[in-house]
Amino acid sequence: MSDSFELPWQHSFPPFFTLQPHAETRARQISVWRTLILDYFRSTKACSLDIREASRHLLFSNTSINRKLNAEFILAILSDLQRTQNAAPIDKQRYRWEIYWHTLEEWGSIIYDYITSRGATNSVLTLFELTQGDDVQDEEFCGLETDVLIKALRTLEAQGKCELMLSDDQEGVKFF
Amino acid sequence: MDRFEYTSPLLIPDESNLVRERNVRLYDGDQKTSFEGGEIVITSHRVIWGRPGAIALGQMCLSLPISLVVFIEEESPSAFSFSRSRKILLHLKEPSPDRNEGPQPSSIYNFVKLSFREGFSTDVTGVLNDCMQKKKWEWGQNQQQVVAGTSAKPSPYRIKLRTGIAGIERGIQEKQKQTDESISLAFQDLSKLMSMAKDMVNLSNMISTKIREKQGDITEDETVRFKSYLLSLGIEDPVTRDAYKSDNQYYRSLAKQICDIIETPITEAGGIMALTDVFCRVNRARGLELLSPEDLLNACRLMESLELPLNLYRFDSGVIVLQLVTMSPESIAEATAEMLDEKGSLSSEELARLLGISILLAKERLMITEKCGKSCRDNSTEGLRFFPNWLLTKD
Repeated sequence: MSDSFELPWQHSFPPFFTLQPHAETRARQISVWRTLILDYFRSTKACSLDIREASRHLLFSNTSINRKLNAEFILAILSDLQRTQNAAPIDKQRYRWEIYWHTLEEWGSIIYDYITSRGATNSVLTLFELTQGDDVQDEEFCGLETDVLIKALRTLEAQGKCELMLSDDQEGVKFF
Repeated sequence: MDRFEYTSPLLIPDESNLVRERNVRLYDGDQKTSFEGGEIVITSHRVIWGRPGAIALGQMCLSLPISLVVFIEEESPSAFSFSRSRKILLHLKEPSPDRNEGPQPSSIYNFVKLSFREGFSTDVTGVLNDCMQKKKWEWGQNQQQVVAGTSAKPSPYRIKLRTGIAGIERGIQEKQKQTDESISLAFQDLSKLMSMAKDMVNLSNMISTKIREKQGDITEDETVRFKSYLLSLGIEDPVTRDAYKSDNQYYRSLAKQICDIIETPITEAGGIMALTDVFCRVNRARGLELLSPEDLLNACRLMESLELPLNLYRFDSGVIVLQLVTMSPESIAEATAEMLDEKGSLSSEELARLLGISILLAKERLMITEKCGKSCRDNSTEGLRFFPNWLLTKD
């Protein structure tokens, strides 16, 4: 876990790890979990999560109070994230998930705004440049996983704002 | 084929010859048998098959009672057959066990075929169907029964003519016998019971009025036993139905009494008591005149309408309790939430110990608190614990 990330007080509150039957309480509980997950993934710039390994994940367990989330609960939270397009399962069993602390469309527009502000439209950039290049070190999408990046660019492509070129090793994208 | 039996072709009384055909072969189901090229005679009672000439001579023949025939159909000739042969299928019932000996003791088929090699001149199926509808064989039986009945009947007539005490006694006996018969008839099967139910209710009505009239003659014990018989039959005892008003009165006063006994202990126990505890305490207080659980429940149900200080409450889990009217789910939740705030967290065992109530009730209290959104649960390997609902209140 990154040192910069601070867990909320709820994380040491045992009931936080039990899915609450009371509707209002549960809604609040899930929303706290949502925020927690998105904040955590934002801070670590990670995107992928496997439910089968998640109960060992530091985020979903608290050894000091000996509590951890069970898989159903994690699935419930992730399903709620999926509802708002902040997460998507990448296999049919819904074991492996991608977490988007910005939705793919938000990512798309963030990248496009960056490109237009740099006046880089009508030029071709490699995906590596876009996430690891020297110029983007200060940008939010720096270090974004390639799979997620491609999905975000696909949303731009659908709007006709860019074109992906994934034919060879030099994966690139042209913005319009 | 096992329905066929060896009999004489001579007609029995009331039997009449209807159809005679020649060159007929019998089939057991779909299988040919050795009974071929014979004569067949259909009478109002039977289908008789014999070797050529045997029927006319009165020799042993095969016969099949038409009473066993369920359904008749003619087999449509196959497209490749050019013969005049026509086949009739007779679907049959199970044979009666006391039939005469037949050519075949058992058969896997439930139908036989009559194959008319040269077709038939008369409408065989029509005749057979007609026989099946007329059921002439039953006429004779009915008549026999009637004859038997009339021969058996004269005795009651003679009795009726008799007068005096003996006559009355016999009359009573006769009536008893009839009642007996109608009771045993009613139990033959359920559908009969349904149709007899009205009579049964009338009967039980009558008996119970008799019981009431002879209050002194029959012991309390017997009355109770009889009532329990009626109840176990599923017939509501008219006595209790009549007494419903007074029952109600009984329950009302019982409800008041229970309140008097239980109110203080319930207040001491925190306002709620499980009905089982109430039952024990009330019966303990009553000493000998014990209450049945049913009566207690009925009495407690009336408490609300009587505006007594206690009322019956049923938790979602199905647990039924008596509680003070002043107790509401909200006030319970409020009180429990305060305890939670004080203690940090509680399991139902701990709450039970703190309040001196049963674990069951403690759990119900915590559940109510949770339902009101004032607590949240922690379900772990260590058991179910409840915490103040910081998830909602604290931010």
